Amino acid sequence: MMKHPDETIDQGRRDWFGLAAAATAAVAAPGVILHLASANTAPEAQPASSAVRWGLLIDTNKCTSGCRDCVDACDRENGLDLQTKPPTEAPTAWADQKAVWVRKVKLADGLTGRVTNLPLMCQHCEHPPCVDVCPTGASFKRADGIVMVDRHICIGCRYCMMACPYQARSFIHQPMHDQLTRVPRGKGCVESCNLCVSRRDHGLPSTACADACTAAGKGAIVFGDLKDPASPISLALKAMPSRQLREDLALNTGVRYKGV
Amino acid sequence: MKRIVYREWHIPPARYWGILGILVSVMALGGLAALYLEHEGHWVTGMNNFVVWGVPHVFAVFLIVAASGAINVASIATVFGKGAYLPLGRLSGLLAVTLLIGGLLILVLDLGRPDRLLVALTHYNLRSIFAWNIYFYTGFVALVIAYLWSMADRMGARFKHTLGVLAFGWRLALTTATGSIFGFLVARQAFDTAFLAPMFVIMSLAYGLAIFILVLMFTFHQEERVLGDQLLRRLKNLLGVFVAAVLYFTLVYYLTKAYGAKNYDLVGWLLFGGGGYSILLWIGWILIGTLVPLAMFWHPRTRRDRRFIAVACALVILGGLAALYVILIGSQVYPLQIFPGQTILDSGFADGIKVADSTYHPSLPELLLGLGGVAVALFLTAVGVRVLQFLPDSLADAELPADTEEPSAGKVSYVDDLATG
Amino acid sequence: MARALMSNPGRWAGVGLILLGLCWTLAAQVAWAGDAQHFVRPGSKAATLGGCVEATPFMRRNHMELIKHQRDITVHQGIRGARYSLAGCIDCHVSHTADGQAVAINSKQQFCYACHAFAAVKVDCFDCHAAVPRGGPLSAAASGQGATSERDPRGE
Repeated sequence: MMKHPDETIDQGRRDWFGLAAAATAAVAAPGVILHLASANTAPEAQPASSAVRWGLLIDTNKCTSGCRDCVDACDRENGLDLQTKPPTEAPTAWADQKAVWVRKVKLADGLTGRVTNLPLMCQHCEHPPCVDVCPTGASFKRADGIVMVDRHICIGCRYCMMACPYQARSFIHQPMHDQLTRVPRGKGCVESCNLCVSRRDHGLPSTACADACTAAGKGAIVFGDLKDPASPISLALKAMPSRQLREDLALNTGVRYKGV
Repeated sequence: MKRIVYREWHIPPARYWGILGILVSVMALGGLAALYLEHEGHWVTGMNNFVVWGVPHVFAVFLIVAASGAINVASIATVFGKGAYLPLGRLSGLLAVTLLIGGLLILVLDLGRPDRLLVALTHYNLRSIFAWNIYFYTGFVALVIAYLWSMADRMGARFKHTLGVLAFGWRLALTTATGSIFGFLVARQAFDTAFLAPMFVIMSLAYGLAIFILVLMFTFHQEERVLGDQLLRRLKNLLGVFVAAVLYFTLVYYLTKAYGAKNYDLVGWLLFGGGGYSILLWIGWILIGTLVPLAMFWHPRTRRDRRFIAVACALVILGGLAALYVILIGSQVYPLQIFPGQTILDSGFADGIKVADSTYHPSLPELLLGLGGVAVALFLTAVGVRVLQFLPDSLADAELPADTEEPSAGKVSYVDDLATG
Repeated sequence: MARALMSNPGRWAGVGLILLGLCWTLAAQVAWAGDAQHFVRPGSKAATLGGCVEATPFMRRNHMELIKHQRDITVHQGIRGARYSLAGCIDCHVSHTADGQAVAINSKQQFCYACHAFAAVKVDCFDCHAAVPRGGPLSAAASGQGATSERDPRGE
């Protein structure tokens, strides 16, 4: 399943066997044969670029009550369906403690009573409060605008969760065992929607939630590059009015909503 | 004017070891709670994805704030030239260090990955006030230890004034930064105000002094050292002023919040509709933590009674914990206003749920962790006063140094154990 | 000091013993290092290959540096499937039971555990990372396969 085309094994290095004790020589030599195959043009070998900015456009007019295909697709894509409630915990407590990257929200206007449905996830701000407050720099924004957590240096202080205006982040409250290879996640770190970052790195066109919404015939979620004027998301944003949630904070979110 | 003599705290061994035994037991329980938390994960606590900071943080912030207040007693002598406070400087410095260590320990042990403390010390995001605080806290401990040295060692005496002024400035910065941890959170209505920074400074003065007076009264009473009525009255009156100032800041905090229409709902909820949080605010913070102690400090029938003074100090401390519980946790329980003007009918993630107490129930391990931190602070203090000369032999009013004419800036500072009138 | 040493046979014996100990340690190191094949588990892809992504002695001493460097590139720049990716390590070194189930690479007697127990170094990777290949670099939905098949080769 895991193919690494640039990892052809150098049979000549068999010679090293048996010379294991000659450690000092061994340290110098590999430098010479390092990076044999460096001219890799596959998308997963290219660094994330600031020439793109990934975003979502959510048309709440097309989103329906009771449908949670985007949530289920997200759970499957990121292995969130593999998290299990600790056996002795109350279900109500677990509902507040399990990781949720995207959630469905149903609103009623206080004056008119007009009902709106929408999915809510990390808004991938240009100026993310979670990144500002993180003491170690674990919460960061990639060149392509994806806001995510480097779990290697996350100490689990949860200050980013205090700072997020969208309550989009989850803390992993229990030990994990059945993670997916592409989505490492473990107890004591914070996480949130990363716009299906492994799909981005492999150059795929969409996110799990957008695909699921399209497959359900709703088409309420459009994913794309906000910096490309010809991308479907840019064209749709240009054609119809949309807004950011908490635009008063001037965070310039990457996720935009129609009809809220 | 006699010279000030400091002496180790020599209460009978049985009683001393009894005190240590109790403190060590509480510390052990706190340690077990921390291990349990680290092994099981935070699901065993009441904290969740909405209320991310709970009871441990109430204790931790309280201790850290109180630590910066405890050093104030030394500042009054060194920076503001009040001679009567001179003999109290050493205990003030000791408490500042131990309370801070206790608070930091709670914070660190509550981390999701406490094993990565080294990461926190090697990776800095300088835009984060939290990262700044790591410098403020470690720097404070170092500075106060140097300040203690300058108070106790004749070699250090000439640095005492400089170190005292530096420590005073540093503690103001530290408490301001601690308040800013919450003040800088634009996302949450109840935080999101720079007012929290000075409010935390005022709170620190009250809580730090309350702890200081209690520790002073307890240690002196146990060993039957003399604690002058006049000195105690000065300390008590000062604490009364600080507690009243906290009340004033509380009032202004809620008034400024109530000024904007967008916050009507928030203030209404916190003050009246917040169930347990409103009760804690009115009964714990305002009544028990503020009005009752103020009455005890100044009512003609109680103001001279040491028992009342001690009880009032304890109430100020309890009121402080209640205040921080409301400020930290109540502010998180109140839902984020992501969709103003809209009612949330349904959500997969508890948005807009505003039923009081619905999202956070403190758990025993959290409480034990918090109490463990308090025990660590008291344990270090008890060991400190026993093995080193922190406590003055006598605080009889007649033996207290006079105030200096002016703050001793520019003069060669006096050595306090050789102070002359 | 030197004279006292030379004149005292007991000291000589002591020095000899220390030298002997050093030689034994060195010999043990060489024997252990030469024993590399024992840690590559039979039934893993690595057992069928001639060498790792770098020379074995180098990997033995520096794999953590390579992985650490790669992790930063992967997380921050999004470069995946690279020569030193941890997923690649696991994919190649994980062994399988008789019925083809992958065995967690950090479990007893397996590739990571065996050496790390010997060196008394805690492995932090598998608090978060899957210890068996699970799910591949892309989801089934993304690569257009069936929806659930990716979860089945679950080891333990």
